Amino acid sequence: MCRLALKTSSTPFSPYSVLEAMEAMQEGYDGSGLGLLLRGLEFLDYNYQTKDPIFSGIAHTHEALNRLDSFMQEKGFTLKYDHEFNVDHSKVEAPDRYKYLLRIYNFPEIWKDYDKDRIEHELMMTRLELRRDGENHNGDLTLFSFWPEVVIIKEVGWPLGIGDSLGLSDNRIKARLVMAQGRQNTNWGINLYACHPFFLQGVSTMTNGENTAFIPIKEWLMGVQFPGYIGYQSDSEVFTHILHYTIKKLKLPLEVYKHIITPLKTEELLDHPQGDFLRGLRDVTRKLIIDGPNCVIGSLQDETCFMVMDHKKLRPGTVGGKEGEWAMASEMCGVDAMIPERDRSLDFQPMRENMVIISPDRKEYKIWSQFDPYPQHRVA
Amino acid sequence: MVTIRSIPSTPGSLTYTDLPWIINHIEDRCTLCGKCTSVCPTSAIYLGYRRQRIPQIDIYNKDRKTSYRTFAGIRQRLDVEHRCIGCGMCSMVCPNEAITPVLNSNDDRLKFHIHQGGDAWKRGGRRNSRESLLDNIIFTRISMLTDPALDAGRHEFYLNTILGRILSPEEYLKRKEKGQWIPPTREIFPFIIGSMSFGAMSPNMWLGLLQGVAYCNEVLGIPVVMATGEGGCPPWVLKSPFLKYIILQIASGYFGWDEIIRAIPDMQCDPAAIEIKYGQGAKPGDGGLLMWYKVSKLIARLRGVPQSVDLPSPPVHQTLYSIEESVMKMIQSLSMAWGFRVPVYPKISGSNSAKSVLNNLVRNPYASALLIDGVDGGTGAAYNVSMDAMGYPIASNLRECYLDLAAQGKQNEIPLFAAGGVGKNGNVTQNGMALIMLGASGVHIGKYVMQSIAGCLGSERNRCNVCNLGICPKGITSQNPKLYRRLDPDQVAQRVVDVFQAIRTEMKKIMAPLGRSQSLPIGMSDAIGINDKAAADKLKINYIC
Repeated sequence: MCRLALKTSSTPFSPYSVLEAMEAMQEGYDGSGLGLLLRGLEFLDYNYQTKDPIFSGIAHTHEALNRLDSFMQEKGFTLKYDHEFNVDHSKVEAPDRYKYLLRIYNFPEIWKDYDKDRIEHELMMTRLELRRDGENHNGDLTLFSFWPEVVIIKEVGWPLGIGDSLGLSDNRIKARLVMAQGRQNTNWGINLYACHPFFLQGVSTMTNGENTAFIPIKEWLMGVQFPGYIGYQSDSEVFTHILHYTIKKLKLPLEVYKHIITPLKTEELLDHPQGDFLRGLRDVTRKLIIDGPNCVIGSLQDETCFMVMDHKKLRPGTVGGKEGEWAMASEMCGVDAMIPERDRSLDFQPMRENMVIISPDRKEYKIWSQFDPYPQHRVA
Repeated sequence: MVTIRSIPSTPGSLTYTDLPWIINHIEDRCTLCGKCTSVCPTSAIYLGYRRQRIPQIDIYNKDRKTSYRTFAGIRQRLDVEHRCIGCGMCSMVCPNEAITPVLNSNDDRLKFHIHQGGDAWKRGGRRNSRESLLDNIIFTRISMLTDPALDAGRHEFYLNTILGRILSPEEYLKRKEKGQWIPPTREIFPFIIGSMSFGAMSPNMWLGLLQGVAYCNEVLGIPVVMATGEGGCPPWVLKSPFLKYIILQIASGYFGWDEIIRAIPDMQCDPAAIEIKYGQGAKPGDGGLLMWYKVSKLIARLRGVPQSVDLPSPPVHQTLYSIEESVMKMIQSLSMAWGFRVPVYPKISGSNSAKSVLNNLVRNPYASALLIDGVDGGTGAAYNVSMDAMGYPIASNLRECYLDLAAQGKQNEIPLFAAGGVGKNGNVTQNGMALIMLGASGVHIGKYVMQSIAGCLGSERNRCNVCNLGICPKGITSQNPKLYRRLDPDQVAQRVVDVFQAIRTEMKKIMAPLGRSQSLPIGMSDAIGINDKAAADKLKINYIC
């Protein structure tokens, strides 16, 4: 089973500290992989401008790197910063890691006239084009994200071992928000693209447990014909795409994500203040109902974090921390490891109807219940 | 050798081994009570008197004599009209277990002779084939270590499905914002009692079904609905609060629709849905075929026709020029009749052209669903050749339609319902759930309902199958009060409840190990497998062996 850890703090911290927390939960994974997502970045060697897009991925060969360079040049991107990890190749399990990519670019001149939606679309399309290019060349180029303020690292091995092999303890990268997932989804074979957290246009989630309703959900998402809804090497990727669909395509509040993946029962909705709308919503998004057992932890572009459970709550999940610093983990010991100094009596484990939300100010966590009205949307 | 003329043989002469069922009568047990002969629906047996010569030879006196023994016994008639249909009612009533029909293990000659008088064979039942692909589909995705399996007895399961047009999420939000019309939907149990008309079925059968359905809904919380079939609906039902459990069917004969339309102002609630029958799996390209002997006074009144006349419905709707026009005219006008508050959907027979129909419905904002009835569907009356040799198996037809919708991202918008052979060999939940995982939103069961709920004796070995003649020995498909009084509506209602409770439990027993409980696993094709490579490839599911 996957182990999940998320830490968010007003003060940037080293992602290595989250990897150390993963050690506390090591009984729960098999060391087959790590996925790491960083938001709110700070570099020791570089003064990062928050709007610049960052490439995260792996060039497996020199030739792939050259292709990437010429592709980006052709598109009009200029390289502003190329982060060199202090890689210790002797500690890297996989043999074909030519270069771990963390590259910051300037937007092409022509994009200056594009509005926000267009830029978001073009960023996604650029990443997808390169991903396809890598796939067409025996997978020699793996790309996890191309987005401002987001870095993703995915690798095979033990989380702490990967942190050591990439020199993440050197404090050259810090972040205000780190999401980490230990263990690849081994049910579906080792594949870097199968590793959580998944990311699409600013939206990210990671999950533990298996998604039993994977195929119908995947088929529906693919039917939407949105270019970013691809991949699905892991059954957990659909959780990210459902969130993306909810807030980016339907433009509904985050809370509605919970109503979509685990709708209330008919008799419960009959008494709900927004019941009429929600019943209709349940019907139209019926194919996106998850069946668990899952705990989903996610974050948004503005550094909002959340945790939800499936309806049966067969997976654990704990939130704890203090003002300015919060942690979410699939195990209580993970929260302990990330924020040992806290009032444990305030820890919370969400029930089937809850969504725990930590807003970007990080003052508190909010426990929202599906039985309560969600923030008014124009149609509800 | 004797001359041929001394033997009573004609082209139509048959003997016991030429008939599909042979009566096995144990004479020394028979009390000659006569119950078997009086209950036999085809008068296939009669009480006969026989004389047996007993030679008596006195060897010592070189004398020989003859004496005779006279005895009575049950004999089988050998003509086609009075053939034994294997229903077994004789054994059911015999006090001494002295009589039973036995399936002829030789090749019977019935098909060669049944069209006596030039009349092609008509019968009830379904295709005389016991094969069922659905029986071979099993559920293979078992949660164990990667996930905890659920507890079918203790977890909470959401088993219902939706009947009705569902908008895309974007369109739903847009219409909600503008306060526009949202198509009606119904939350129903995914096993639906399929169309069996008031006319095909006896009043007691219909009443029992309705009672059982009402109990399932109002007491057990299982939202079962039932479809009327062509032939209207009794006025007391139309004006009752039970109408919400009824899908009213309109078919090419429009029988009973005068009554229905007239009753609209007095209806206490809307019907569950309206089904427009364009085709039927058991007899594709044919309309209903209610023969004169079933058109009783009551049926005649309900259908608005004279008593005792044949009621063959036309093969197509008279208004039908093209599918576009049909969809335009019928779906829209029927939607309008109930103020766009009732789902209206077509029923077609499984066919190569099902996808064309479906694609047309996708573009019609009023079409609520599509019901596809496969080749193994049952009927009260059809030509044998239509039943045995025409149609399209439901599994692949449904699957192709679902995948076609999925490719367009519309699989949630037009719910597909499947029928035809669900529960053919008794495995009703397995068959239904297999179809659901292939993409059906629900299944219609008709023949299984008759067999399981009312004790219909019909089988795919051509047992009984005389529904068309109005002589149903169990009183299920007869309009003759002497016969249908055999069927107690209360007992039928009890069986409805038994069957749906059992289906509900079996659904949970299938869904729990798959780790599914919160929504019906529609299209969960990764959960099923079949031990036939060609079928697996065609259905795009796992091949297992």
